[in-house]
Amino acid sequence: MNAKFRIWDLHCHLSGVPGLTPEERLGQLLRYADRVGIERLCVYMGMKWSQDPKPDDFRRQNDEVLRALSKHSNRAFGFVTLNPNHVPESLAELERCVADGPMVGMKLWVAKKCDGAEIDPLIARAAELKAVIFQHTWFKTTTNYPGESTPDDLVKLAKRFPEVPIICGHTGGTWELGIRAIRDQKNLFADLAGSDPTAGFTEMAVRELGAERVIYGSDCGGRSFASQLAKVHGAAISDAQRQQIFHGTLYNLMNPILKAKGIQA
Amino acid sequence: MNRRFFIQTSTAAATTPLLALNQPHSPELVDVNFATGKWPFRELPKLNSEALKQRGIMRAITGSLEALLTRDVAAVNARLVAVCKASGGVMLAAGTLHPRLPAWREDLRRCREEHGMKVIRLHPNYHGYQLDEPLFAEMLDAILEFGMAVQIVAQMEDQRTQHPLVQVAPVDLKPLHDLLQARPKARVMVLNTNATMITTALRGCVSLWIDCAMIEGVGGLENTLKIWPIEKLCLGTHAPFFYPESSLLKLVESDLSETQMTSMTAVNARAFLGT
Ligand SMILES: [Zn+2]
Repeated sequence: MNAKFRIWDLHCHLSGVPGLTPEERLGQLLRYADRVGIERLCVYMGMKWSQDPKPDDFRRQNDEVLRALSKHSNRAFGFVTLNPNHVPESLAELERCVADGPMVGMKLWVAKKCDGAEIDPLIARAAELKAVIFQHTWFKTTTNYPGESTPDDLVKLAKRFPEVPIICGHTGGTWELGIRAIRDQKNLFADLAGSDPTAGFTEMAVRELGAERVIYGSDCGGRSFASQLAKVHGAAISDAQRQQIFHGTLYNLMNPILKAKGIQA
Repeated sequence: MNRRFFIQTSTAAATTPLLALNQPHSPELVDVNFATGKWPFRELPKLNSEALKQRGIMRAITGSLEALLTRDVAAVNARLVAVCKASGGVMLAAGTLHPRLPAWREDLRRCREEHGMKVIRLHPNYHGYQLDEPLFAEMLDAILEFGMAVQIVAQMEDQRTQHPLVQVAPVDLKPLHDLLQARPKARVMVLNTNATMITTALRGCVSLWIDCAMIEGVGGLENTLKIWPIEKLCLGTHAPFFYPESSLLKLVESDLSETQMTSMTAVNARAFLGT
């Protein structure tokens, strides 16, 4: 593997990976990451997921990520998984894992749509901690889950926190819609992960948002690194833009919390 | 490791990104899942034979995207043949047949006798038929009588991202098992299968070839080879709809032996083509 690009992967999970323990699974992910030249993985959610996890459940999932991180802290970053249906417990978990623990980001999935003000305390506290904020989104032609946000929902949230960078997970999946939805909301960033490697995705994202708002991620183990790296390696963009997407954009978002925590990377 | 794969991304590739898979004694890669023609909903990259060769792909079984919705199938096939002829032997035409159109047998005759095609590529879901209909068996037998190989495209695009006015579910592949058992010599390949299809509908289809374009999951090819014979798994990119680098990188991500690699990227495709 030539090391032409420095690559960090924004979007990795411990599910869909062989291994009995979290650290075994992260070790497996790293074995494949090594083969395709990925230096660091951002990991969130546990070995078993639920769409609307109770506090006990998301605490268990975060424990699993912490356990995996402790074994591979030089290769991985952790994001805390929270549930806006349980705000007090989520705030406590944010303290435990980010303020007092090694995690550097916050992941919100499909328990509750992100457009309502109930979520605001989580965003506000994560921003204070300089944590990287990631919200899953999809625009499904089929039907979204009841609590599944669209990029439009995320724009409503982002407007309430115009100074806080937030990552639009999957760029809505149906990226031709997602990119347009977030284009004018400059504090929103596009995650390329977890959709088919349809040609044109990255070119449109760079054209409409600029590479400095686009981030490579895989959504492994459910996805291969290969199909998601291809969105960047295969796009008709410059190598400087490729490098920005593979590492630069995420590094810019993460740098404040890495500095604050004294993490060298 | 007695072999080494690496990715080369050319610095002079701002507009035509290059990603070549290199290995010692590199086989000439065969892509069994390439296409030409317009995609109705998006401008796709123009990947010509040079672009394929830059990626190490020396041969590509090439269907037409026009096949999905165009009714004048004879014209679609003629245009496809013209593009393939101009490719200097890189693209090998996979003709379209649409059994719900009047006189489909004449299209088949032209594919074989006038165009000399070796492969027919079918889109049952876009053409509105099921594999358990007598019509499908009838067409399959007609193709086999001409000594041709058959590709069935299980799906073109994730249903979640399809245009709302043109939503097309994947092909139900379950009937293939019995159809193939009754036709043990038939050369049939399913394109764009995923892990679920492989472990359910296609279980036990021992004579069937598949391609890797939509096989996902970390280490996806390694995992597939635990449940699917290596002789029946082929490199397919689904380009230009997909970035071709996706499937090429899957060959790098998974730990494949040199024999597995050669098998997947060249030998199996030749067996499918009967050459
Ligand atoms: Zn994910």
